[in-house]
Amino acid sequence: MLKGKAFKFGDNISTDHIVPGRLAHLRSNLPELAKHVLEDADPDFAGKVKPGDFVVGGSNFGLGSSREHAPLVIKMAGVSAVLAKSVARIFFRNAINRGLPVLICDTDKIKDGDELEVDMAGGKIKNLTRGKEITFKPIPEFMLNILNEGGLVPYITKYGDFKA
Amino acid sequence: MGKTLAEKILSDKSGGSRKAGDIAISSVDLAFVQDTTGPLTIRAFKEAGFCELANHEKTVLFLDHAAPSPNWQLSNDHMFMRSFARETGCILSDVGEGVCHQVVAEKLARPGDVIVGADSHTVTAGGLGAFATGMGSSDVAVAFALGKTWFRVPETIFIELAGKFSKGVYAKDLILHLIGKIGADGATYKALEFGGSGVTKMAVTDRLTIANMAVEAGAKVGLFPSDEMTYEYLRSLGREKDYKPLSPDKDAVYGERLSIDLASLEPTVSQPHTVDNTALARELKGINVDQVVIGTCTNGRLEDLELAASILKGRRRHSRTRLIIGPASPKVLREGVKKGYIDTLLAAGAIILPPGCGPCLGLHQGALGDDEVCLSTANRNFKGRMGNPKGNIYLASTATAAASAITGKITDPREVL
Repeated sequence: MLKGKAFKFGDNISTDHIVPGRLAHLRSNLPELAKHVLEDADPDFAGKVKPGDFVVGGSNFGLGSSREHAPLVIKMAGVSAVLAKSVARIFFRNAINRGLPVLICDTDKIKDGDELEVDMAGGKIKNLTRGKEITFKPIPEFMLNILNEGGLVPYITKYGDFKA
Repeated sequence: MGKTLAEKILSDKSGGSRKAGDIAISSVDLAFVQDTTGPLTIRAFKEAGFCELANHEKTVLFLDHAAPSPNWQLSNDHMFMRSFARETGCILSDVGEGVCHQVVAEKLARPGDVIVGADSHTVTAGGLGAFATGMGSSDVAVAFALGKTWFRVPETIFIELAGKFSKGVYAKDLILHLIGKIGADGATYKALEFGGSGVTKMAVTDRLTIANMAVEAGAKVGLFPSDEMTYEYLRSLGREKDYKPLSPDKDAVYGERLSIDLASLEPTVSQPHTVDNTALARELKGINVDQVVIGTCTNGRLEDLELAASILKGRRRHSRTRLIIGPASPKVLREGVKKGYIDTLLAAGAIILPPGCGPCLGLHQGALGDDEVCLSTANRNFKGRMGNPKGNIYLASTATAAASAITGKITDPREVL
């Protein structure tokens, strides 16, 4: 069970909002880069987020670049999952490859600061603040297998290949 | 049941008949990274315990995003990548040797190939009929080592093009119009496939511009058939042996179909801060422009230099508008010099950058000041993209960019042609 506070963002949060190109010189210094996570969407986010919290987006979360640093610094901030109405393809794949769950659900039912509890196996999110239950779309099986190993590198290290 | 281009290529590369929705474990014909994603890819490769590449001749490291490097940290990243190239024997495309997607199109991509790159604009090679897509560092690290990757075979939106562009309207206007129409997530997880009579005579350079921006509608790939125009393009590069024809089956099943009459299009512009926030250039007339950028993997080809030079010949940039030109490869730059385009552009007050990504992603070579406006031929206008979250980026065709450089305001190029 994952539990934490919701940090709510709008639609079309791009990888430039998460880790802008001007900080490319920090990409080989991830702890330093992580201090800037989501800076261009909310300059105070990195200081406020606590381990276990959730990043909650609108539609098309993570659009843009292929930079895997984007989900990586969100995970490094302690975020336990990204919740969004929809997610861009490359970000989705990158997040799963780094062991960060991305849950597709109706995020209109979540407000900034709400306390959430996520039941990964049951496919349900409890909004403890509002007393509402939200279901999320199951993660496709192929990706769930990667997520369950903690990401693509541990998955490949274990199996040596893709399990068809 | 007939197959779309995406289904055909992924069936071929995964050794079985695949249709939309299937998972395909596909062989990879070409895998590459660039300098802002490469170091993480190399670390993932090593972390997974890999030492050897599946095919060192089909693995490329491009140093193009920070070229030449603006700071010591990125210089160290370059050193790290050069050292990996020496260890593994893969191809290194060093600083000054061009933007990855342009070099891939000029030298490496073949119709029917599966190409993965740790750069979202890898989709560019779809203009040559390659199933080319962007992925993150972990996926590309695995492709480096195993020579394969996995895909969910995408559903396809078929875009049927008819007619011809009218004067002052280009491939860039078409793709901006299309993204404005279907939205920045209008093709998420899907393939865009272009066909119809409007494609038959369309040059590959235009197809590359269109395919390049497929990802801005969320698409996995933007695919064109491989036909006579593809043959012509490859032949002009001395690569006719890389040609093979490729077309979808007549009874292919498409998720959606959209028709666009090219003659109905007008010069189109994306406004800050999303690519689907489009308007016509004439509707934005009069917005002051501080900086014009012509270049990048979207519009940094010889045809763009030629078009910009033809508009700027005998004219000059507006005194308060900087004009930055970034040829996408050394080949483009050298031919632009030979043909006199570069001289014309310099005479018009342009700054010529070395071949590379230039200011597109905000690393260097033209970061915006607070509230400054840039009109760029690049593919993204996200908040913070060009080095400053307080900057405003508009995207347009090379002709609109050149026309706007003359007047210092957003200008419909038909006013100056």
